[in-house]
Amino acid sequence: MNYVASDLKVVGTRPIRPDGVDKVTGRAVFAADTRAAGMLWGKIKRSPHAHARILSIDTSKAMALPGVKAVVTAADFPDIPSEEAFVGEGPMNFRDLALNVMARSKALYEGHAVAAVAATTQEIADRALELIDVQYEVLPFVIDVEAAMAPDAPVLHDDLFTAGVTPKPEKPSNIAKVVTFKKGDVEAGFKDAEVVVEGRYTTQPVHQAYIEPHACLASYQPDGQVTIHASSQGHFMVRAYTAKLLGMDMANIRVNPAEIGGGFGGKTLIYLEPVAVALSKKAGRPVKIQMTREEVFRGSGPTSGAWVEVKIGAKKDGTIVAAQQVLKFQAGAFPGSPIGPGCMCGFAMYDLPNVDVVGYDVVSNRPKVAAYRAPGAPITSFAVESAMDELARKLGMDPLALREKNAAKNGTKTHYGPVHQNIGFTAVLDAVKAHPHWKTPVKEGQGRGLAVGFWFNIGGESTATVHVNEDGSVTVATGSPDIGGSRASMGMMVAEVLGIDVARVKATVADTASIGFTHLTGGSRVTFATGMAATQAAEKVVDDLKKRAAATWEIPVEAVEWKDGKAYPAGSNAGAFEPLDLAALALKAARTGGPIVAEVSVNAQGAGAGFGAHICDVTVDKETGHVTIERYTAIQDVGRAIHPSYVEGQIQGGAAQGIGWALNEEYIYNTKGQMENPGFLDYRVPVASDVPMIEAVLVEVPNPRHPFGVRGVGEVPIVPPMAAIANAIKSATGVRMPNLPMSPPKVRAALDAAG
Amino acid sequence: MSSLNYAAPTTVDEAVKLLAGASGLAKVLSGGTDLLVQLRAGRLKPDLIVDTKKIPGIIGIRKGSDGGFVIGAATPGAEVEANAELNAAWPGLVEALDLIGSTQVQGRCSLAGNLCNASPAADSVPALYAAGAIAVVVGSKGRREVPVEQIPTGPGRTSLAKDEFILEFKLPPRGPRSADAYLRFIPRTEMDIAVVGCGINVTLDEKGVCTAARVALGAVSPTVIMVPEAAQILVGHTLDADTLAKLDAAAQAAAKPITDKRGTVEYRKKIAGVLARRVAAIAFDRAQGKTNGKAH
Amino acid sequence: MAKQHVTAVINGEETEFLCETQQTMLDVLRDVIGLTGSKEGCASGDCGACSVIVDGRLVCSCLMLGVEAEGKAITTIEGVADGETLHPVQQKFLEHAALQCGFCTPGLIVAAKALLDENPNPTETEARYWLAGNLCRCTGYDKVIRAVMDAAAVMRGEAAR
Repeated sequence: MNYVASDLKVVGTRPIRPDGVDKVTGRAVFAADTRAAGMLWGKIKRSPHAHARILSIDTSKAMALPGVKAVVTAADFPDIPSEEAFVGEGPMNFRDLALNVMARSKALYEGHAVAAVAATTQEIADRALELIDVQYEVLPFVIDVEAAMAPDAPVLHDDLFTAGVTPKPEKPSNIAKVVTFKKGDVEAGFKDAEVVVEGRYTTQPVHQAYIEPHACLASYQPDGQVTIHASSQGHFMVRAYTAKLLGMDMANIRVNPAEIGGGFGGKTLIYLEPVAVALSKKAGRPVKIQMTREEVFRGSGPTSGAWVEVKIGAKKDGTIVAAQQVLKFQAGAFPGSPIGPGCMCGFAMYDLPNVDVVGYDVVSNRPKVAAYRAPGAPITSFAVESAMDELARKLGMDPLALREKNAAKNGTKTHYGPVHQNIGFTAVLDAVKAHPHWKTPVKEGQGRGLAVGFWFNIGGESTATVHVNEDGSVTVATGSPDIGGSRASMGMMVAEVLGIDVARVKATVADTASIGFTHLTGGSRVTFATGMAATQAAEKVVDDLKKRAAATWEIPVEAVEWKDGKAYPAGSNAGAFEPLDLAALALKAARTGGPIVAEVSVNAQGAGAGFGAHICDVTVDKETGHVTIERYTAIQDVGRAIHPSYVEGQIQGGAAQGIGWALNEEYIYNTKGQMENPGFLDYRVPVASDVPMIEAVLVEVPNPRHPFGVRGVGEVPIVPPMAAIANAIKSATGVRMPNLPMSPPKVRAALDAAG
Repeated sequence: MSSLNYAAPTTVDEAVKLLAGASGLAKVLSGGTDLLVQLRAGRLKPDLIVDTKKIPGIIGIRKGSDGGFVIGAATPGAEVEANAELNAAWPGLVEALDLIGSTQVQGRCSLAGNLCNASPAADSVPALYAAGAIAVVVGSKGRREVPVEQIPTGPGRTSLAKDEFILEFKLPPRGPRSADAYLRFIPRTEMDIAVVGCGINVTLDEKGVCTAARVALGAVSPTVIMVPEAAQILVGHTLDADTLAKLDAAAQAAAKPITDKRGTVEYRKKIAGVLARRVAAIAFDRAQGKTNGKAH
Repeated sequence: MAKQHVTAVINGEETEFLCETQQTMLDVLRDVIGLTGSKEGCASGDCGACSVIVDGRLVCSCLMLGVEAEGKAITTIEGVADGETLHPVQQKFLEHAALQCGFCTPGLIVAAKALLDENPNPTETEARYWLAGNLCRCTGYDKVIRAVMDAAAVMRGEAAR
């Protein structure tokens, strides 16, 4: 059924989330809050070197320390073969993941795990780590992406031959992959162009910086069964990876989804769980591991830093006739940067006849990158949207008008293949034009920037069950970890279908043994795909309830109507019966067919793409280079907001992360290839006083492929901010900032250079 | 079982004895906002922690016999900030201390801790230097009064003996038309370590001409430094454009910073000049009664 | 050294515990007493997720030794509500959807309560600077600040609960 045109009672309202009270009172249980009888503390020893051969590891002194119950190294894990995995978000090879979780022959970055201990106290575990003697042969290292591509660069992997080029290279290199996308004839396009802009842009790796460090509690039983409490974006992902890395049957692993303290893509792969299980197996006791903040920065994945070249050619009226991009993405120590989406997303907002995009996936001695909110899109869009601003200036054209002129519409064929369907980009641009922020003149001394962004959004596999309890209240269980309020939206969609008060519906996240497979929470898929499963399960329950009412009344099921939480005879011909509400039907369930339950698994297709546009006003202190965000408006096509507050929250949070990426966040390395700022003191995420109120404007162009019109909303808002801010700085100062972050020293230097 | 001992003496003598008698490394605990971070990171492995907060007088603010303020060494920032009289007399020092860390850190951090941690970027220290504060140091050899700028000797190092700690700070009595100010530059609006800090304390005559000045810079040298050349530029002048330009140049010349994760040499020198001008303007305005608002 | 014996009043109840010197108050709350509402996000005083109120003053429990709690009165997130009745800050966080993942939420609520205890009528700027030591990566702070300002209005009797 499709409810897009229906008069909805629950969807679009703002009820209190079902897990809310637990979270404001401190009762919510996150992974690090779990305990088990006899629990040990696990800690991980990490390489101090950016690149080193591991010659030997002597664990005997650590094992001899009283209180130490187990020590593991790579020797305690199966040496698994190379195999592409499709478990997480973005490409991942099982062998690479295994080597990332525990280094075998080489440490490939500072912070790479080389051994682990389990001890009775944290202090003993820390001392044991110091007693593990690792002998290294320190190797030359390479941090920077362009340096890693140089012919004489230190090579990380002897068996890495560039994919995507023919013939296959004879020598291994750090270039894991080359990807290309072409549409039309870009050379001819540039010949046609009357105005051309070109630019080189760089971005630094930024960390997702979820406030909750990675943590898990694992318990291995003598019969080979394992229970894991994990903080992750996908407990099925944790199960699959852990099983693969340890050579276990998935059926022997049960993963309980603890509350998750933020992920933003960074918890779509694993670091700790196989180690905790291996330690637990050796020690015969449950083991908890929680990372320190320093470990999170050094050992878990940021997103790529990148080098991006953009060239755009247009006619004098603003019609773009050619667009070209070269992107070089850092993948970290193992292949798998978001170079694919990086190549696709930059120009996806526009209807372009001739496009040529080349991307390189490049390994270097940095932590393996992990997904981060719209992986790849913010990087490519920083470059493209900065170039679009330059183009508008060169053309003497309003930046919004330039985007309107070239905007992708339904039917636009993208340069990477698919044709845009059911998109709301022009509605977003209309909303920009109509918004008071855009219509208000820029204040004296300030500058204004505009940038737009795109993300595909995804669907995929999800399972939901709807249980009508004996008293007529309803429980919804799904397999999607709730990272930002999805239990609220699940409950709301089910309440809407059942026609009951949302307060009577409670949504939960079920463990891997209690619900069907569900792909992880990421890519902005949960409210779309899991929401579809929950909606369909609720519809099955309604069908069942109608049958039971029909049986009770002894009339055909077609003669029963479900409305406002009650079964009614459909019209006077059906007979005169008192309506039966959910509670009445639940009470009689045993006599009408047993428990009222429906489970639905979907492989949801048709996730509607998302588009956003951000407007930003800044002040630049020209003496210090400090940039103040004075006003910020984020406009986005959200399809249909199930719970508008949490949709706004996604947009505001994404924008704030983008502000951090734009202004101050970066990985700083010393000359030894060690990270210099692995803490919140010097890895500078925005604090409350750094940002203004962020106005989120919800444009609703329903996605016809979802029963309520939902599109994913979480990814798009991090795409435009960097360029919006760069464009605002340009507007305020006349200076183009092509290198992120646009930190005070860089802004001051650029101003000085410009005179 | 841990080997780390803890004591919370209630008299100076007891504390001094504990420090003097410690077999290994002994650390004085005031607010602990630096010490606990260093402990957790494993950068410090003391054998004894002496918590001085139970010693009478080490927390609190009073007036000394000369009419100047006396601030207990371990008085938390929040308590200093809440003292209206101190705010009126030494707004620069109060806001410098207030700039350290978050509200939470303000609940614990102290002038003595900030000074003895001996970071060149400590926020309250340039303001203490500019104020001409005296540290009252106690130890086995008794009590001595030391100008604050003689306490830090290098990053993380002080001139205090193993058995010594600071009991309180004395500020000079405040005359008319005198005021101080402190600014630091950070990339965010809060929660950062100063890229550069600058404290200036001035006395003006009735015409607004500077008769005395002290200028201190932070984060541009291994310790916070006094910049007498800059102070001399101010004395005998109002804050005209020429004086400001000379002050900027003097601050830049005095700055001998390094390039690190928080800033480059070139940038820090420029910012030292910028801050000196801005801080002097606030201090002059305050001394003339034009404003006493918050500088940040 | 033997473990230290400490007596403190935690959320209104006299509580005795044993701890080692190097254990922070946060370690004690989470691992000794079992009050896991205070979170460890950084252990260096930079994120505020472990915020507690000690003798009326807001502090990071990761920057305080457990032994320093002797004789002190400590309020943690578990002690902010009055039994079944949520504190206005808690209620407004729910109503404004001022949380997404909820990990920073306990620290933010404790810090906001401390703010309103001291300043019943903060400006938005004052609230933002007061809470600058509480990192939130999900919300962009917009709804957090709105919730705090609304809670302040409720506590002043100017807005509905």
